[in-house]
Amino acid sequence: MKPPSLGAILLGLIPFAAACFSVSLWDRVHPIVLGIPFNLFWLISWLLLTPLFMWRAYRLEVPRSRERTEHGEDGGH
Amino acid sequence: MKSTVVAFAIISAIVTIGTVVGFLARYHHKMDLEQWTVGGRGFGLVLVWLLMAGEIFTTFTFLGASGWAYSRGGPALYILGYSPLIYVVSFYTLPLIWEVGQKYRLQTQADFFQVRYGSTYLGAFVALVGVLCLIPYVQIQVIGLGLIVEIASFGRIHHTTAMIVGCTLVAAFVFVSGVRGVAWVSMIKDVLLLLAAVYIGIAVPHIYFGGIRPMFAALIQAKPTHLVMPGATNELGHSWYVSTVLMVSLGFYMWPQYFGATFTARNGRVLRRNAVIMPLYAITMPLMFFVGFCAVLILPRMSNGDLSLLTIVQKTFPTWFLGVVGGAGALTAMVPAAIQLLTGAALYTKNLFRPIVAPRMTDQQVARLAKVMVLVLTFGAVLLAIYSSTSLVSLWLIGLAVAAQLFPGVILGLFSKRVTTSGVFAGLVIGTGIAVFLMLAGHEQEYHGLNPGFLGLCFNFAVTGLVSKFTTARVLGFGEKVQAVAASHSGNACL
Repeated sequence: MKPPSLGAILLGLIPFAAACFSVSLWDRVHPIVLGIPFNLFWLISWLLLTPLFMWRAYRLEVPRSRERTEHGEDGGH
Repeated sequence: MKSTVVAFAIISAIVTIGTVVGFLARYHHKMDLEQWTVGGRGFGLVLVWLLMAGEIFTTFTFLGASGWAYSRGGPALYILGYSPLIYVVSFYTLPLIWEVGQKYRLQTQADFFQVRYGSTYLGAFVALVGVLCLIPYVQIQVIGLGLIVEIASFGRIHHTTAMIVGCTLVAAFVFVSGVRGVAWVSMIKDVLLLLAAVYIGIAVPHIYFGGIRPMFAALIQAKPTHLVMPGATNELGHSWYVSTVLMVSLGFYMWPQYFGATFTARNGRVLRRNAVIMPLYAITMPLMFFVGFCAVLILPRMSNGDLSLLTIVQKTFPTWFLGVVGGAGALTAMVPAAIQLLTGAALYTKNLFRPIVAPRMTDQQVARLAKVMVLVLTFGAVLLAIYSSTSLVSLWLIGLAVAAQLFPGVILGLFSKRVTTSGVFAGLVIGTGIAVFLMLAGHEQEYHGLNPGFLGLCFNFAVTGLVSKFTTARVLGFGEKVQAVAASHSGNACL
């Protein structure tokens, strides 16, 4: 079982830092953005931003997993 | 009386169409246990998406999220916080779980533990933990069904009657169509629910306040602390937020039914692509929050926050629309309830009853007992729902605090060579014990500002690591097993 690459893991840690660990930095009402309180706005933006980071991670992981399946099929014969 | 008839006719029509589609989905597929539980492992991107999205957007999101936005305020934001993060975690874990599932023909979460750690008793204990954590989740759907029908009938049909009718339907379609029927019905309910959610979320602030901006301005004026943590509570602050979001993100795919949904995929890449795009689907969730926040100003004195969305819809829109929302809401409860019952029944019969009590049962007997178990579990959930008074979101957190305890066994099982069977067993027992004890002792949501499930998880990891250090692994890790198999095969090829 090959663990994910370091790059892919670091990309995944970014949304964690933004939407979880840094809560005391963004949990406030002001500034109001587009009529929405700041904490709500911040979390909504991370719903949109997370797929971008994970798409990068996907690009990193796909060649590795393809290599693995081909290898696995060779082994099965 | 007439308005009730309209709302009811629409709800019944939607539920009937949903149920018929569920029944039809079984055609052209021979129903053995593998088809019933994992759809023959042939689901592509669309069906996996439907199945996973359908299970994830449940009564909990529809009624529970708006309910907590109404009754708790700021702390409800944890639901938005974990939404992208569960998919981040699933990006790394699900493709590997799928790979193992494919190789060893796994059907349930307990199968995973049994094969990885080579212990029937660990598998049986995992099945027990799985059934335990599913009970509150089924209960959520049953309570939701009751609330929807009660409101849609303007109080004429008592929610107990509604729960019993709804659950009979759910049990019937699980019985006949299995996981494939569930995936198709979930398409209907997703389209309806999305349209209804977007419309309600935008229309309600407009009708009452002239827009989202003035709505928030009015709320900040009236209740300045409601929108930040700890909101309307005393103790759900930032440490609670971080511990809860962490517990949910790590534990989410440990719900046995989501873990099981992994095995329906055709390949691992489908799951990975799903993990990338799923957060976008959660974009409807803030709209449910808007409705809950509106309710704070419009209906200030409701005792049950979970009713806030439905009450506003009933108060604001024509009855036919209440019918559509009620119908979508009913399917939203029925689809996940079906899959949860299916998983619970499969876990109980395949991993708990057969190996421990009746090892000589045939596969057909197991399949038959699983169907009987669906009925037993449905009945139990209805009974619990009738006597329950906990909010939907709290019930969900209780179930997940138990389910999350399976995370160390899964993640270490995938990646660690040093983890041992006794280590995982001990950690699981201690973690589950601590979480359950704290919650029974009245700390359902927090203990010293931390989530009880998170505390259990910390002890769980510590004990697993410590015991593993002093015991030796008798069983190979998955990677090593695969290598061993590959080596023996290539050896034969050389000969």
